[in-house]
Amino acid sequence: MRLQDRLAAFFRARYQLGGLIEFTSHKTVPLHRHTIWYYWGGATLLLIGVQIASGLLLLLYYRPSAETAFESVRFLMTRVEFGWLVRSVHAWAANLAIFSAMVHLASTFFLKAYRPPRELTWVSGVCLLFLLMGFGFTGYLLPWNTLAFFATKVGTEIAGVVPYVGPLTQTLLRGGSDVGDLTLTRFFWLHIAVLPVGLLALMGLHLFMIQLQGMSKPLSVKDERSIPFFPNFFLRDLLVWVIVLGVILGLAVYWPATLGDKADPFAPTPVGIQPEWYFLWMFQTLKLIPGHLFGIEGELIAVASTTAAAGLLVLVPWLDQPARRGRSHWMVWAAGVLAMAYVIGTTGYAVWTSAHP
Amino acid sequence: MTCRRRFGWYLGFGCVVWMTAASAAEPPPNSCLECHHAMEEQTRGPATLFLESDVHGQRGLSCADCHGGDPTSSDPMVAMDPSQGFLGKPTIAETPQFCARCHADPAYMRKYNPNLPTDQYAKYLTSQHGKRLGQGEADVAVCTSCHGVHGIRSKKDPLSPVFPTNIPGTCASCHTDAELMDRHGLPVNQHWEYSQSVHGQALLFRGDRAAPHCASCHGSHEAARPGAIAVGNVCAQCHALTRDLFAASPHKAAHESLGLPECEVCHGNHLIRKPTDEMLGVGPDAVCIGCHEPGSAGYASAQQMREAVERVKAQIAGAEATVKQAGRLGMDVSEAEFELREAETKLTQTRAYVHAFSPSALQPIAEEGQRHARAAEEHGVAAIHEFHFRREGLWITLAVLGLLIAGLLLWIRDLERSDAARPPTPPSPPASP
Repeated sequence: MRLQDRLAAFFRARYQLGGLIEFTSHKTVPLHRHTIWYYWGGATLLLIGVQIASGLLLLLYYRPSAETAFESVRFLMTRVEFGWLVRSVHAWAANLAIFSAMVHLASTFFLKAYRPPRELTWVSGVCLLFLLMGFGFTGYLLPWNTLAFFATKVGTEIAGVVPYVGPLTQTLLRGGSDVGDLTLTRFFWLHIAVLPVGLLALMGLHLFMIQLQGMSKPLSVKDERSIPFFPNFFLRDLLVWVIVLGVILGLAVYWPATLGDKADPFAPTPVGIQPEWYFLWMFQTLKLIPGHLFGIEGELIAVASTTAAAGLLVLVPWLDQPARRGRSHWMVWAAGVLAMAYVIGTTGYAVWTSAHP
Repeated sequence: MTCRRRFGWYLGFGCVVWMTAASAAEPPPNSCLECHHAMEEQTRGPATLFLESDVHGQRGLSCADCHGGDPTSSDPMVAMDPSQGFLGKPTIAETPQFCARCHADPAYMRKYNPNLPTDQYAKYLTSQHGKRLGQGEADVAVCTSCHGVHGIRSKKDPLSPVFPTNIPGTCASCHTDAELMDRHGLPVNQHWEYSQSVHGQALLFRGDRAAPHCASCHGSHEAARPGAIAVGNVCAQCHALTRDLFAASPHKAAHESLGLPECEVCHGNHLIRKPTDEMLGVGPDAVCIGCHEPGSAGYASAQQMREAVERVKAQIAGAEATVKQAGRLGMDVSEAEFELREAETKLTQTRAYVHAFSPSALQPIAEEGQRHARAAEEHGVAAIHEFHFRREGLWITLAVLGLLIAGLLLWIRDLERSDAARPPTPPSPPASP
């Protein structure tokens, strides 16, 4: 008996795998002109995997305190063999994961994959995107350089604007009245313990629901063709993964992560401080809203409208009533296009203003 | 009490209050200011200046505190009566003693500023100015020549003529007067030379108040020419290490025996330029060859020391170019830059140790500088090598990934061909909308 047959027999004898194998062998993926959008979820999954692997390697050297964080990252970048590569891959894969998740979300929206019975898959997906942004926000501070320090200062200041819970949230995030050693410890705790637990649980749920319900077919597609998930679609996914790995490596080698200057809490805030690109649209919204509008503080309006937008995004499966009845309405499509145009436009505007101060 | 009597009381009380207030608001009579203010522009000046900016006036002193007399009398004959202690305007020769009545009295000065020295007059008597005044020369500097007369400001006031950045100009007001200096047999080019010097540039153009001015070397109240040997002591106030090295060097005894000043022989006095490496060695601009002839031990030492400095410089220049190239390639060169900074520090120390005038004292520091520069160069070369290694490694990895992609594409094509030969697979349960 061959080794693989003996292994299969070993597991079959101990676990009831017949149902699972049967399910996998019959699972199919619809084949149509929009099938390309199905790969973005898989790409995001790979990028999260890369993040976990590279993050675990970074943990070997990273020391989370205001005194040692910057030095440990510098040591990793300059002394550790391939340390620069691991950190650069971690930095690039983080950005690509959020980008990929955003594209996945947009494609799911426009293909109306959130319609019943997949509402909760959508909700878990949106929450996963929020979690990834949380990873970005907390991870940005960890190298403890000037840009990260002041971006976190500004970011946590905005959190403090929210009425009633804002000041408490701010104090909880900062671990005191200002960004300091305790903030770094808390962000590290969130980044490597709290958020990963949430991410893995939610991701497991998201994947489980997809496996149970299969891939959604857009309303406009009447094509009945499909391909087996294993090995046909899995091999296509693998192909995309190899391409994504090549892209990450290329970006990491040609544009490695930089170190910057060690954060100095007593230094004045540098000119043109900006958050990561995925927060730029919120940052620009904050800048565009006047200091006071209708007697309400501008910052509060920006925070409230961003929170409302996040709430609306979560509730899309229930807000799009025509889709629930199996119809497509132009207003939902227009709302999606407008929202995307706003996010891309304000991000572009923020980039332009930083390049032309 | 009737209304009329009560009104009388109120009126009387009101008058008393009004008179008390009026007398409190009125300053004590000072007939000096009253009369001098009413005079022509020329004679009004002292009174106006005194009130506006004089440090004595600000501390509550009056004209009579210096000039004597009775300021309470409005009759000029009484107010300026010599029998009442009126001193009038002192002559140039009388001025130092006139000021010293208070400024040499520690008990009196303590009331105003306990930190203010009271030895200015004693020092003045030892100065060239004081000595010549004592010899009856009336065209020399006295207190008022530098401090002004009725508008005397604190030396901390930037408008004061004795504020550090103003001192060279104050001295130059007399020392550039060709006719006056000719009478005393002094040159007039010191201020021009000083303003071109490294010290003058720092003080006058960059406003660096730590830079030395005339009084830093010559003294202020005791102003005099520093003696030939004493010049070194003056320079040593700031250049302590250099002076220590010089004092332990063979030059010390040689200069003393020849009666030569120390630093001044090579660096000059008022026109001290920023020293260059060309001043060292046996080249055309070298100061060493002024005393040391070819073939002498000093000549050989000068040559060796210059060569040591040049070796460090060359090593640093080479390392800098390599580190810059690595930096331009986007590599992290922080460690190389640290080594370069160390090498620069050692180069500065090497230059300072030239003043030991011994190649054996300078050599170890120069070698240390070269070692740091070599380390920087090695870091730079390693960074450039690493850059190429990364690029080559990436393309090899991408080639492997490309092969993997090609393999996967072929596998998928074969699978789909074999699937196409089979009947179509129905969608998996549960059916998705």
